[in-house]
Amino acid sequence: MTTSARYERIRQNPNFQALCRSRDRLAWTLAGIVLVLYYGFVLLVAFGQDFLGQPLLTGSVTTIGLPIGVGVILCAIGTTAIYVWRANTYFDALTKKLMEETK
Amino acid sequence: MRRALAAAGTATLLALPGLASAQEAPAAPPLNIAAIVMFLVFVGLTLYITYWASQRTKSATDFYAAGRGITALQNGLAIAGDFMSAASFLGIAALVYTSGFYGLIYSVGWLVGWPIILFLIAERLRNLGKYTFADVAAFRLKREPIRIMAALSTLVVVIWYLIGQMVGAGQLLHALVPQIAYSYAVVLVGALMIIYVTFGGMKATTWVQIIKAGLLLGGATVIAVAVLARYGFSFEALFAAAVKIHPKHDAIMRSVAPIGSAPNPVEAISLGMALMFGTAGLPHILMRFFTVADAKAARKSVLYGTCFIGYFYILTFIIGFGAIVMVTGNPEYFDPITHALKGGGSMPAVWLSHAVGGDLFLGLIAAVAFATILAVVSGLTLSGASAVSHDFYANVIAHGNVSEQTEVRVSKAATVVLGIIAVLLGIAFEKQNVAYIVALTFSIAASSNFPILVLSMFWKGLTTRGALAGGYTGLFGSVLLIVLGPTVWVKVLGFGASVFPLDNPTIITLPAAVGIAWVVSILDHSKSVAAERARFDDQYVRSQTGLGAEGAAVH
Repeated sequence: MTTSARYERIRQNPNFQALCRSRDRLAWTLAGIVLVLYYGFVLLVAFGQDFLGQPLLTGSVTTIGLPIGVGVILCAIGTTAIYVWRANTYFDALTKKLMEETK
Repeated sequence: MRRALAAAGTATLLALPGLASAQEAPAAPPLNIAAIVMFLVFVGLTLYITYWASQRTKSATDFYAAGRGITALQNGLAIAGDFMSAASFLGIAALVYTSGFYGLIYSVGWLVGWPIILFLIAERLRNLGKYTFADVAAFRLKREPIRIMAALSTLVVVIWYLIGQMVGAGQLLHALVPQIAYSYAVVLVGALMIIYVTFGGMKATTWVQIIKAGLLLGGATVIAVAVLARYGFSFEALFAAAVKIHPKHDAIMRSVAPIGSAPNPVEAISLGMALMFGTAGLPHILMRFFTVADAKAARKSVLYGTCFIGYFYILTFIIGFGAIVMVTGNPEYFDPITHALKGGGSMPAVWLSHAVGGDLFLGLIAAVAFATILAVVSGLTLSGASAVSHDFYANVIAHGNVSEQTEVRVSKAATVVLGIIAVLLGIAFEKQNVAYIVALTFSIAASSNFPILVLSMFWKGLTTRGALAGGYTGLFGSVLLIVLGPTVWVKVLGFGASVFPLDNPTIITLPAAVGIAWVVSILDHSKSVAAERARFDDQYVRSQTGLGAEGAAVH
């Protein structure tokens, strides 16, 4: 059997479509979260200097911008962790099943 | 002469510890023997490790993917090592030192590129079994013209990236041994780099990156903890002290642009785009997904790497503020005549290490930073040289009829030429912040490589002509606008007002590259188009499952 024919069989397999759909959904959702948070931060930097420059607590030197910036970093790490966990358990198992079914 | 200076320096150090700098004539500052010895020991050690590892590099897999024998944690450290270059350690700390909060924007931007790469690009790339964007684009498009474009943009990105590292290394060496003028220091770094690459040590940078990443993480942690301990581990107390001592006072807590220039919303967005998308467009950053045994380990290593980088960037922010409170106002670190920071604008982190840990710690941190730069610079030069010898010379000029020896000779000649270009540009860019220079590199990568990589993976309609038109638009457009912008046109070349108002042109060049690739692809009716589009379906299955990729995806 040629590789191309096998590609075709994989394409027809419902598991392939399920794999692509669920992985794409997770990947784009997480990418969306990171993009929204990051560009939210960038837009605040561009247009919301007064907001970012407010004191975190009344009278404090620390501004709101600091925890927001650090928060974006932590969210980036968190979403990475979610994706890695999901891909290493669910997606890999689904791919393996798909490969066996279309042999 | 040198021995006399060294002896004089030692005598001064022995006789007047702590008073040395105040008593010395500015022309001949004392040699910091302890720091220099520490420095030489560590640089020598990393060179030895590289040599040791290169002796164990036999196959092509060893060369490109370190034999796939690296564990996820080690690979995560190596990923972090690639990122903890002169730009991030010296550059971000220096940006925070001068401009406060503004430095944090770089930390955030450089980090968020990683999750995006993991979610949308890394998985498919690994499944396709391709190392670089040139390989991916050439998968279904015409090989030759695509490779020429890829080689050209690789060269441009490498050269820009080299400038930042050269400036960092030159300033570092000059700060450590003031007897060596900055320009000679850059020449020395260039010479070392050429020797290092031709000597063959580059074959195993992964190990140097791992060890260096560990040392740099440890060293930065020590500095940050020492700074925080002075203020009872209260950030508020640290910031309050910094605001008090910094000449711009509380402006540093609210700065959204470099202190001294007006905030510019368009510039901020443009910088944000460059930092995030440039990472995915760097020529060899994606190689790290192939140095581990399987996809699971590759993903885990990205997670480890992201954690290390995130942690490190938060440390650099603390270090920057630490430098404000402990380096500012300390006459030891400033030139008595010009009142400028000794060694140049990138040195705050290095002087802070001296302020917290003395000469030996300064030597250690300087050595680790220098080894970092040398490793990054050598890797970059090698990738630039292989773009010339493999993509240009072997594939395009000689049409594949070339012996391995000739290719290696071309590659070595290219290394020397690249080294010379990097030295000259490094001297020209002396006064610029290294994080700033590297951000410009990211702008070029985000405008040329990144759009074509994404379009070729996600859009069936992309044709060879469209990819070339878009890629060249992004490449030449971004280089042209950077040259015409304020940093190069005004500060480096010394002309009057800049022709192009923005420092960072990504906001224009990235959409332009995508738009032109799209329009040209749609209007493309050449014969090969149908076949190129048809191959997309097979590419799609392979990118989702890894079927057909040689050894890349082990299931």
